[in-house]
Amino acid sequence: MSEQGPQQVNRLQGPAPEDRPRPSGRRNSQGIRIDPEVEAEPVPRRTVISALVENEPGVLAKASGLVSRRQFNIESLTVGTTTNPETSRITLVIEEPEPGIRQVEKQLEKLLPVISVQELGENAIQRELVIVKVHGDEPDKVQAVTEMYDGTVLDAGPKTISIEITGDENKIDDAIDAFQQFGIRELARTGQTAIARGDVWTTDVEEERYERMHESWQTTTNND
Amino acid sequence: MSEQPPATFDREATDGAETAGSTPVTTGATSVIRALEGAGVETCFGVQGGAIMPVYDALYDSSIRHVTMAHEQGAAHAADAYGIVSGDPGVCLATSGPGATNLVTGLADASMDSDPVIALTGQVPTAFVGNDAFQETDTTGLTAPITKTNYFATDSDSVGDTVGEAFAVSGTGRPGPTVVDLPKDVTNGQTERQPGAPRTPSTYDPQTEADEAAVERAARTLERAEKPVILAGGGVIKGDASDALRDFATEYGIPVVTTMPALGAFPEDHELAMEMAGMHGTGYANMAITHCDVMLAVGCRFDDRLTGGVETFAPDAEILHADIDPAEVSKNIEADVALIGDAGTVLEQLDSEMDRTPDIPEWQEQCQTWKAEYPMDYAAPEDRPIRPEFVVEALDEATPEDAIVTTGVGQHQMWACQYWTYRHPRTWVSSHGLGTMGYGLPAAIGAKVAEPDKQVVCFEGDGSFLMTCQELAVAVRENLDITVAVLNNAAVGMVRQWQDAFFEGRHSASQYPWVPAFDKLAEAFGAQGFAVHEYDEVADTVEAALAYDGPSVIDFHIDPGANVYPMVPSGGDNGQFALSEDQL
Repeated sequence: MSEQGPQQVNRLQGPAPEDRPRPSGRRNSQGIRIDPEVEAEPVPRRTVISALVENEPGVLAKASGLVSRRQFNIESLTVGTTTNPETSRITLVIEEPEPGIRQVEKQLEKLLPVISVQELGENAIQRELVIVKVHGDEPDKVQAVTEMYDGTVLDAGPKTISIEITGDENKIDDAIDAFQQFGIRELARTGQTAIARGDVWTTDVEEERYERMHESWQTTTNND
Repeated sequence: MSEQPPATFDREATDGAETAGSTPVTTGATSVIRALEGAGVETCFGVQGGAIMPVYDALYDSSIRHVTMAHEQGAAHAADAYGIVSGDPGVCLATSGPGATNLVTGLADASMDSDPVIALTGQVPTAFVGNDAFQETDTTGLTAPITKTNYFATDSDSVGDTVGEAFAVSGTGRPGPTVVDLPKDVTNGQTERQPGAPRTPSTYDPQTEADEAAVERAARTLERAEKPVILAGGGVIKGDASDALRDFATEYGIPVVTTMPALGAFPEDHELAMEMAGMHGTGYANMAITHCDVMLAVGCRFDDRLTGGVETFAPDAEILHADIDPAEVSKNIEADVALIGDAGTVLEQLDSEMDRTPDIPEWQEQCQTWKAEYPMDYAAPEDRPIRPEFVVEALDEATPEDAIVTTGVGQHQMWACQYWTYRHPRTWVSSHGLGTMGYGLPAAIGAKVAEPDKQVVCFEGDGSFLMTCQELAVAVRENLDITVAVLNNAAVGMVRQWQDAFFEGRHSASQYPWVPAFDKLAEAFGAQGFAVHEYDEVADTVEAALAYDGPSVIDFHIDPGANVYPMVPSGGDNGQFALSEDQL
């Protein structure tokens, strides 16, 4: 215990802050050590992340809740089942600096129903669907624009025409711009969904899971 | 989306494992209790209520001890402390609606501190779910962000396995709380199915051993370090790696700084101990982490109360970050080497990879110099009100060195960090990440139930104690020999300290013009009460309170002007810690 003495109460001993040595280095706001020679801040990058998840109740709520409470900058989130009815694929388009992208992946992987998470490369196949409902005053012109964008007319009435367009994000944006001239009454976009191009599996474990499912399917058929 | 596939089922593991006195499985509720028994649960904490009644009915026939708490928050904190002290998940029970919502604070607390807790909550019958039925809340929705995972039990046959899975997930890898929401029809429903042994789902597979290449890089970095520091976090304690840490640090002569949750992970009377760093850490710990050139961080998550502003945190240091949770690596502080794995395993891997001891006599000397330059000291003249530091030291001296300390949150908590000497893991039980006022008393109850033969001392502030003091009823009912030291300064002292420092001394809502006489409050509950105003009463009162066989409360009327120093202002530079108010 401390000796009772004439020290000033409430004051600890030692050199004051300005009398102490200081290290020379610095980190940035992401906690990355900065090389003073090349001060470079990370720039946000837009990317697609695919997560294979178990099809259990609440999995989508868990994924979307995670994204919102950690303040990740998300552009779109889509979900649907895969070849295996027990799993779904969640596709996220995010715009974050590099450490943020890694965090999205790692935090998603922490969710128990998540099987595997992978960032897709630039050449991934990405598609979005939009349904545009325009005023029907100029059906011929609407038809022409629809054909230009390989769209399909889903419904045509005396007052409105509804068109479906599928494509990558740029094509969808362009098509919406083109339909503006007729006056868009409503539109609904799905957000991007994506899959790896060519002979590459979208996430790590999918090949193994596919083989296993294929085997059990064959066993079942043979038994029949 | 489809229903959850049936959980895998391990019948062999339970054959012959029935606890004495247990009845056959007849309902979902008996299956729940059988799952707890199968997982080795001996004690649980909870509060009865409508929707959880079937589970309590099944508990009636079980050998599991149930401690009825005054409030569900108390049940969650008690289970949390039980988990910290014993290393096994603590179990708490609550009914639906208000029962479950009252657990939320405790679960959030456990989540922030990675404590293993299983919460079993009652729920309205499945057919009523979503109808805003009496005492219904969306418990899985509420607790999703504050649990490791949670479950909504769907049927009586699988509910036991679900509880087992919740148990296994909670206690393995990075521990954390899990919730199983139990609709009343599921617990009441008929089943004869024995739950299997607790097991984790196939998608859950924490990596325990770090990548060899990373270990090699880390070892080479440590070998050539000139100013290395080990930063030990709570993961060292959770991973039972305290011995491995002590051996490693001693072998290579590397100074050890701890985070607050890691108090006791490294003996504070060891020569290499630099003690706690961060906002109210010691001056020498903060100097060491600020000036190091290599930091081996083990089982910590670089919380902002530790790092201060990240721009100035260990700015020259290469960071070697060992953690079982990959998401913690490079979350707040970028790691130069990621060592994903269990704390003890990674330390052993590193040890066998190290070829030589870093040559660092000057750095070791420098660390000792800082200890001498910035001693943790205070003046305690007789003619002033009692210094809180004096009280902490008096209790430390009067108790065995493996005594368990629990605290609430506030100034008293910081004094308990600074002026108690922690020598053993699992002797420090506090609310770190969430900073939950009122944590101390229910935590003391949980700790004492887990370790009945150890002395348990609870430090509380007057503000913090008032938030859960009703749990004294439980301590009395269970005759738990715990000693509560209320450091009473008639204020929410930490808030008042910040108001002094950053709000021009405008004490908005922080001064308590009247506080209860805590000695009399204790007596009203049936506990032993003491009040202390003078220095010369401290030693005798502490002795009497510790000697009393049952819960006792000492109301220490401390110096209301006492503030906590050193202090790093929020977001500040650890190396610029203030030693007094005029340095802020």
